[in-house]
Amino acid sequence: MSRWQFFVTHRSDILQATLTHLTLVSISMLIAIAIAVPLGMFIVQRPALRSIALGIASIFQTIPSLALFGFLIPIPFIGGIGTRTAIVALVLYALLPILRNTYVGLTNIDPSILQAAEAMGMTDSQILLRVRLPLALSVILAGIRTATIITIGVATIAAAIGAGGLGTFIFRGVAMVSDAVILAGAIPAALLALIADGLLALLERRLKVT
Amino acid sequence: MKPTIQFRDVTYSVNRNLSGTSGHPSTFDIVSAVSLEIHAGETLVLLGRSGSGKTTLLKLINRLLTPQKGAVIVQDRATSEWDPIALRRGIGYVIQEGGLFPHFTVAQNISLVPTLENWDSTRTRKRVQELLELVGLEPAQFADRRPNQLSGGQRQRVGVARALAADPPILLMDEPFGALDPVTRAEMQREFADISRRLGKTIVFVTHDLREARRLATRIVLLESGRIVASAKPDEFLQIDHPEVRAFAATLDTTPVDQLQQTQTQSQQQSSAPGATRS
Repeated sequence: MSRWQFFVTHRSDILQATLTHLTLVSISMLIAIAIAVPLGMFIVQRPALRSIALGIASIFQTIPSLALFGFLIPIPFIGGIGTRTAIVALVLYALLPILRNTYVGLTNIDPSILQAAEAMGMTDSQILLRVRLPLALSVILAGIRTATIITIGVATIAAAIGAGGLGTFIFRGVAMVSDAVILAGAIPAALLALIADGLLALLERRLKVT
Repeated sequence: MKPTIQFRDVTYSVNRNLSGTSGHPSTFDIVSAVSLEIHAGETLVLLGRSGSGKTTLLKLINRLLTPQKGAVIVQDRATSEWDPIALRRGIGYVIQEGGLFPHFTVAQNISLVPTLENWDSTRTRKRVQELLELVGLEPAQFADRRPNQLSGGQRQRVGVARALAADPPILLMDEPFGALDPVTRAEMQREFADISRRLGKTIVFVTHDLREARRLATRIVLLESGRIVASAKPDEFLQIDHPEVRAFAATLDTTPVDQLQQTQTQSQQQSSAPGATRS
């Protein structure tokens, strides 16, 4: 059976796996953004929390992904085999790039602009929401973009703990020594990453304030 | 009449650690035992070299800084007793390059304080029009531009308009024209002198350019190392016998811009004008 034939006969399976993959990534990214962006805003004025938050996030990022899945499986409630564990691991993985970029974007602002804002009688929260945040948007989005690419990649490994997705084909293909089956997972995964990268880069450019 | 702004024996110091991480911390007075009264309608120019404490004095007025010793009284109340937000909303502030918000249009920049003060949109829009006309920018042409679509002089005009938006009685200006080319700078000085006479605000203006000080001030206060060393009306200032006054007077001798302007030799004017360097 040629590779192309395998693609055609299994197209609905491949599509299904792609959708599962996208769902895993989307849910994880939404949760990670919902945690990391507000956390980044929170630590801007709090130097003590800043190093703790960034430190913890970078520890998660340093642990090899398969090992992180392994660590999570024995943990009650969040662990076990399946989607839930995979999402927890993906969220932990995505936190650092978003958190770091949120923090850098919010703090790396021309001091004369911040001083003008303060001198005009804006409160700290007004400065955060009306000055820092809009000026940091493109940097935050750059972090989200990095995190999305990482998550699409790491999600292929989530198949190893039974979360499904395009990794299923890759692992099965390796076991079967079949190029066709491997590529049925690898090609859509690569395309997903490239498309996501392109779209987010486009959005990032539009949000950039010069 | 009571002064609008009053410095009572004000000292502002910062911690300074000369030997890096180890060693005893020492303090360094940026402003040292300054007493000064500024009356309503005055344009008081704080003149001095870089690091003489001019900007610090300005920041003490709107409580961007609070003094360690003494008190700054603004409209009968010490700044330490003011709610800083309320204090600052009643004081316009203009800095070099305008400090405009790059993500706001010109109109949004100007209407910032009115928006914070919850003015209705009709009143705000009318005020923006009024102010753009006051600073010589055609509203239809400029209201919707972003700061990066403006020249340096236009940005500075918007900065002035923004500071005047809620009609504050006091205006603080920190080398507002310092980054402009000499020709635009002279233009802005003339126009601003005109505006300030018309509006009757109490203005505190920081500069290191004696010529600018003489053009705009009703009174010049000279600072040296955080202390006031001279205070006089512009036409009497040069007669004061003090080494720092003479040092500033010397800048006039070497750069006869006033004469050059009369002969309209612009190329020479640009190369010899003072204050083109930033502090």
